[in-house]
Amino acid sequence: MEGLLAEYLPILIFLGIAAAMAVIMVVAAYIVARQRPDSEKDSAYECGFEAFDDARGRFDVRFYLVAILFIIFDLEVAFLFPWAVALGEIGEFGFWSMVIFLSVLTIGFVYEWKKGALEWE
Amino acid sequence: MIPLDLVTALPELLLACLAMALLMFGAFRGDKATPTVLLLSVVTLVVLIGLIALGPRGEGTAFGGLFVSDGYGDFMKVLVLVGSATAMVMSLRYFEQEGVVRFEYPILMLFATLGMLMMISANDLISLYLGLELQSLSLYVIAAIRRDSLRSTEAGLKYFVLGALSSGMLLYGASLIYGFTGTTSFETLADVFAESAAAGHGPPLGVIIGLVFLLAGLAFKISAVPFHMWTPDVYEGAPTPITAFFATAPKIAAIALLCRVMTGPFGEFVAQWQQIVIFISIASMILGAFAAIYQTNIKRLMAYSSIGHVGYALVGLAAGTEEGVRGLVIYMAIYVIMNLGTWGCILCMRRKQIMVEDIDDLKGLSKSNPMMALALGIFMFSMAGIPPLAGFFGKLYVFLAAIESGLYTLAVIGVLSSVVGAFYYLRIVKLMYFDEPAEAFDRPIGREMTVILTGTSLLILLFFVVPGPLMSGAAAAVSALFAG
Amino acid sequence: MIVQALAFYLFAAVVVGAGVMVISARNPVHSVLFLIVAFFNAAGLFVLMGAEFLAMILIVVYVGAVAVLFLFVVMMLDINFVELRQGFLQYLPIGGLIGLILLIELLTVLGAWAVAPEAGVVVGTPMPPPDLTTNTQALGEVLYTKYIYLFQAAGLILLVAMIGAIVLSLRRREGVRRQNIGAQISRPREAAIEVRKVPSRSGI
Repeated sequence: MEGLLAEYLPILIFLGIAAAMAVIMVVAAYIVARQRPDSEKDSAYECGFEAFDDARGRFDVRFYLVAILFIIFDLEVAFLFPWAVALGEIGEFGFWSMVIFLSVLTIGFVYEWKKGALEWE
Repeated sequence: MIPLDLVTALPELLLACLAMALLMFGAFRGDKATPTVLLLSVVTLVVLIGLIALGPRGEGTAFGGLFVSDGYGDFMKVLVLVGSATAMVMSLRYFEQEGVVRFEYPILMLFATLGMLMMISANDLISLYLGLELQSLSLYVIAAIRRDSLRSTEAGLKYFVLGALSSGMLLYGASLIYGFTGTTSFETLADVFAESAAAGHGPPLGVIIGLVFLLAGLAFKISAVPFHMWTPDVYEGAPTPITAFFATAPKIAAIALLCRVMTGPFGEFVAQWQQIVIFISIASMILGAFAAIYQTNIKRLMAYSSIGHVGYALVGLAAGTEEGVRGLVIYMAIYVIMNLGTWGCILCMRRKQIMVEDIDDLKGLSKSNPMMALALGIFMFSMAGIPPLAGFFGKLYVFLAAIESGLYTLAVIGVLSSVVGAFYYLRIVKLMYFDEPAEAFDRPIGREMTVILTGTSLLILLFFVVPGPLMSGAAAAVSALFAG
Repeated sequence: MIVQALAFYLFAAVVVGAGVMVISARNPVHSVLFLIVAFFNAAGLFVLMGAEFLAMILIVVYVGAVAVLFLFVVMMLDINFVELRQGFLQYLPIGGLIGLILLIELLTVLGAWAVAPEAGVVVGTPMPPPDLTTNTQALGEVLYTKYIYLFQAAGLILLVAMIGAIVLSLRRREGVRRQNIGAQISRPREAAIEVRKVPSRSGI
């Protein structure tokens, strides 16, 4: 347990450094830099849109379909990791078990393809 | 390597493979192949009925104890398959007339049926959950299959949101039980509880709370009060043949699962779950009887009626004895037949190619279509529990079992609420026979409908002549449940 | 050890804080972003418990896919969220009550928590010591063999989810020119090219 967590220590340190860097940069900009804002300086200048509306436009329902199909295949891939790691122990039986699982999802994939769910139009 | 015992799970494996094959067939042929897909689906279900009833039956567990096949499961599976197959046969004409033919719906019904079979055969909390989820997910989709109809999509969404909530409760309960016992297998759970009872200490608090959540989740699926609120809306909004499906097969599966869970792993805790089941049963019977009185839409009325029926069936479980569960199994078998017949009649309520759903539309049916009025009359009398129709015997056995277990209050409330319930069933009969005729319904109703209506009404009418097969089948099924 | 405790409190505090922000943020997009923060820190908690595989799955599936789906849904629904929030205070008492009941239940359960003494001998799959084998390995060794039934059932559920998503949300749009690659490739030369004799000093 301890050994396992020790392996993650660098990531924790990295996270800490990243968080600290982000905070330092923002705070340092406040403290060190001179700030004399006026309305001209704050407004969008030449480049960039005038902020006049809600940034959220409506998304098409097709995005949702793509996202759902992505989640399903993402989960399928998640099942592949332990399989790949343990393939040596689980042998032929485990191999065919995964092949059946994949073929079930391949049937789904063929169905998707034939229905045209993968075409963007 | 674990022994697979594939023969034990042969019906399920076959159903899964055929459903996927039909999906491929439909995907390549498109929506115009729907009648073929539907026909093949029905054939699949009929073959499965034959396989389960007659074929080589592998009794015992499979897949390392995750799956169990026994006489009880076989009996309930046949009921589920009969419900699914009949609902499927009734659906084709509806979808063709409404112009929303999609080949996916029979396939989703097949997957839902597969989920139900898996629920009935579940021998582990995880396989219970996965079967339930496969069933529910398919049902959510087919409730909303008419996606351009506001009511259908609303029904699907409501069903999904509340169904997901109930699955969450069920999982919460299951994880508490796992946390306190360290196992999810039904057999091991039963062993653990038996040993701790033998050691003299009662069930741990966490297991009891887990059991309550598990019961709440399952009560949702059988639409028992207080978890019934989705039922009227979903039944009203979903396309009618789909509602006929909802009212029969999933209920059988969930009730079968409930009985297996309560009598199997939690058999030691009868005292604990009995109170809850009694409460649910009384509340469902009373709500089913009173709330249906004010309904004007026949689909809503049938929704409340089904809530009431679940209440009566649970009287048998509340008794907690073998007789009680046998009464429940008989009740559910009769319930399926009555409901299929009634929903068949509702599907024939169609004027100028448009479905009508008001109770008042049935006025004077005896003059415009005497045969259909007779059939519906038989179903209504049977649901009201009037002898010598089948519905009477269903009620008789559960109430007898309750009295034998000393649950007099429960039996009395049951009888009283079935008297109240009789009011609205008989009101429909009165409308059909004694009121001025409304406009006649479209005819012909179709050959398959005629066969279904005749068959179910004869079964209900003549049950008392040959009750033997059902009675002995149910007795064998339940003794298998209590032996295992 | 102290680092571990510190990390736990850090992650736990952020999860709870982010969870509160998910339901109280004014802008639903911010809610989703806070949800992602909560997922990340929950992954951190899983790592602390030694469940690395779950932690990584949480990031790959929940952050990578589910949260993105939530964002799409939030963006897709054109709801006036200010109006939607008006019932918030109205439902707060009943919601709070249910939450409180669940919390009390959880606490009583935790107070009495003890695995039934009989359970120790029957546990189906004993957890291998984390120092000898990794999580992923341990899962892989049972998931595809011992629990093959559940594994395949999960595959079927994913298949039904796929069918459901397509049945409910796929529409063929009219008036869209689609590319039919098969027809494109199988078109014979004769259908594509026509040789005409053009007489001089006049068009075709």
